[in-house]
Amino acid sequence: MTEELKDNNIEQVEDKFLAPENRKHTVTGPEGEIIHVDPLQDYYCNERPKAEDPRNKIVEKFLNWARAESLWVLGFGTGCGSIEIPPLLSPRFDAYRFGVAMRATPRQSSVIIISGYLAVKTLKRVIRSYEQMQNPKFVIALGSCTINGGMYWDSYNTINRLDYYLPVDVYVAGCMPRPEAILAAFDKLKTRIKEGRAEGANEYVEKFDWYKANQKKVIKNWNMPDYNW
Amino acid sequence: MENLINKLQDMFAVKDVQDSKKNQILLTVKASKVPALLSFLKEFEGFKVLVMISSVDWIEIGKFQLSYIVNDPDKKNDLIIRAFISRKEASMISIHSLWGHASTFQREIKEMYGIDFPGSPRVDEPFLLEGWDDTPPMRRDFDTKKYSEETFFPRPGRESNDPAEYMKKRLYPDEK
Repeated sequence: MTEELKDNNIEQVEDKFLAPENRKHTVTGPEGEIIHVDPLQDYYCNERPKAEDPRNKIVEKFLNWARAESLWVLGFGTGCGSIEIPPLLSPRFDAYRFGVAMRATPRQSSVIIISGYLAVKTLKRVIRSYEQMQNPKFVIALGSCTINGGMYWDSYNTINRLDYYLPVDVYVAGCMPRPEAILAAFDKLKTRIKEGRAEGANEYVEKFDWYKANQKKVIKNWNMPDYNW
Repeated sequence: MENLINKLQDMFAVKDVQDSKKNQILLTVKASKVPALLSFLKEFEGFKVLVMISSVDWIEIGKFQLSYIVNDPDKKNDLIIRAFISRKEASMISIHSLWGHASTFQREIKEMYGIDFPGSPRVDEPFLLEGWDDTPPMRRDFDTKKYSEETFFPRPGRESNDPAEYMKKRLYPDEK
């Protein structure tokens, strides 16, 4: 088996550092058919995202109330603001009493907090995580770095304005905002959701081409699928 | 340390010896003699630890400075070895066979300054910047502000007024 693998892949330079079982190879099935396997390929949906039409007004109001009262936050920290998140959950500030809980994966969460400056390398991962989140999804951006670049406004490697790449619901100014300010941001986000104004996911769908163009202008090695869901 | 410096001046024609701190000496050597000097220090003089390799861009004299910091953990001595290479054809002998982790420093310097280290493992792979296609960003002829303004959609700043003029215009619009 391993010798066969080596023969197939001896010319593929990008596979040089992979373990043999992670390389592209072929497997013979029980009925003699040959299956090509690429263990590292991610399989994604190839369809453009669709906007969700609003439902019955009363149902929508109830749903918005439910969404606002259980905000599940993706545990994703960028920059210096990520250190402000753990005290948020500690007994002193205790975000759990507002229905805010941390989640480990994008598939389970509805809020992503961009906590500080975003390097281009991180932006790529942020976009990927954001697109994997389920609708409806909300973005909170902390710190002046996400608003206008902050102290990294002339850096070669950090973006200046987050709203060119993701639809932002709430900005929190400051460098860095303290946990009280983040609690206030959650409060603000809740009122926005209950008023039905937090339509970031639909906005992302409507201006999808514009967002993608901006993202691809910055991320020069776009070696991931266009639709990350 | 003095004995050692005399020895190095004899063997490797070391110049510009400076005591910068206690137990720390700076010296300059020709770039082609760096691997020999480092291996001599490592094998015979107890400088077993390569602390770091760093680089400075002296654009005025058209040279890159490479600094190799080595440490003697028993006697607690530091040596900083500086070597100058030409800025036009920036290339240096790799020392990854002396210390394995030197290849990481060299990879970073290759990315940030564009100094090539032929033969160093994975030296051409991206380290911090992914897909960088401009001048290496730590070179001083790279204009980071211009690059940022062209790439990252700068937010226009607030308009500011001189208070005296503003109030004059507002209160007495007819006067000049």
